[in-house]
Amino acid sequence: MKYTDYYAALGVERGASADEIKKAYRRLAQKYHPDVSKEPGAEARFKEIGEAWQTLKDPEKRAAYDELGSRPQGEEFRPPPDWARQHGGEQSRFEDLDFADLFTRFGGRGAQGRGFGAGAAGEAFSSHQGAAPGQDFEVPIEISIDDAFKGTTLSLNLSMPEYDAQGALRRVPHTVKARIAPGAIDGQRLRLPGKGGKGFKGGRDGDLYLDITLKPHRFYRATGHDLYLDLPVAPWEAALGATVEVPTLAGAVNLKVPAGASSGQKLRLAGRGLPMPRGGAGDLFAVLQVVVPPADERERKLYEELAKGSGFDPRGHFQGEGE
Amino acid sequence: MTVETEVLWLDEHRVVSLTELVEVSGLPENELLELVNTGALPARDAPDGGLAFSARVVTMARTASRLRDDFELDTRGLAVALRLLERVRDLEGEIARLRAQLPRA
Repeated sequence: MKYTDYYAALGVERGASADEIKKAYRRLAQKYHPDVSKEPGAEARFKEIGEAWQTLKDPEKRAAYDELGSRPQGEEFRPPPDWARQHGGEQSRFEDLDFADLFTRFGGRGAQGRGFGAGAAGEAFSSHQGAAPGQDFEVPIEISIDDAFKGTTLSLNLSMPEYDAQGALRRVPHTVKARIAPGAIDGQRLRLPGKGGKGFKGGRDGDLYLDITLKPHRFYRATGHDLYLDLPVAPWEAALGATVEVPTLAGAVNLKVPAGASSGQKLRLAGRGLPMPRGGAGDLFAVLQVVVPPADERERKLYEELAKGSGFDPRGHFQGEGE
Repeated sequence: MTVETEVLWLDEHRVVSLTELVEVSGLPENELLELVNTGALPARDAPDGGLAFSARVVTMARTASRLRDDFELDTRGLAVALRLLERVRDLEGEIARLRAQLPRA
């Protein structure tokens, strides 16, 4: 395991008072708490801050942590035998644990409701307590718009802290397969009951929560179940009208562009968006983009002829302004 | 160990009971009810005369539970925080919707 400098995580001296530690935690939590923060990397930073706080706020845990001495952050580390005998309880092996797991054995509440990200130890429960629920985990998942459309099966490799029959804590790898039906949208939350951390002494198993985000797509922009697509058209297609082929998630379809169309105009393809879990589907909106190609000499002459013959003034509505 | 598992969608279509919400959120029943009474958590009447919630509320209640624990907020503070987070969520949704309509540069 790698040593974690909890004092550095909170930005306090090793001799900081309980009040200084609390103030530092509160200040950093307000900045990085994943429920309120948009800071880049907030979730990982809050995990460090939370682990540090859970250990340093508790005098017994802090004393045990201090006994480990001060080391460089991230240095490969194993608890000394004396420390292990004194604080390890039934634990005789530490190979399968993260640093934070060392301090989950000291008192504390059940783990319900905690845990951002799989693999976070969070605040687990003491092996000396009675039944306790397993830890919940929240895992961010990115899926493609194509997978959201047709459904997908996710294979999640998770590492969760568990107590074995002898009461020893260890990290156990799990692979959870979850079938995501068609219709997931950006921000969709899914609950996998009982697939979080194992309950202890008869306590219920924790849950796994998936926070779905849709990956950017080269054509489509999703909002809810609707999709938007830029549809380039040539000036003469916009002027004269045309039937053009449009890619949809279910395959190409023909779309009639009306004569006199303009850039920015939206054409709706009903029911061609993302499917809804209980039937129906969102719409696909094609946003017209009139693209003017480079003109050769002959085309340039045609444009000049058009300009001479047209009375169209695209800025006519400016007339009378600013006088 | 590989486990094939059930997936529950936390959306408007699925309904959860007060008992289930207490179990999955980690918030005690009296605090949940206070949040319902302040209007911070939307609830509806269940056929049995109790309260029912859209499964989307599970996410809100779990957020409330984390904020309560991590910032030591009381129920009134939680209610304000939840309302503000919902406003932020709505505004972010509106921005995302408007951005989706803009052509790529």
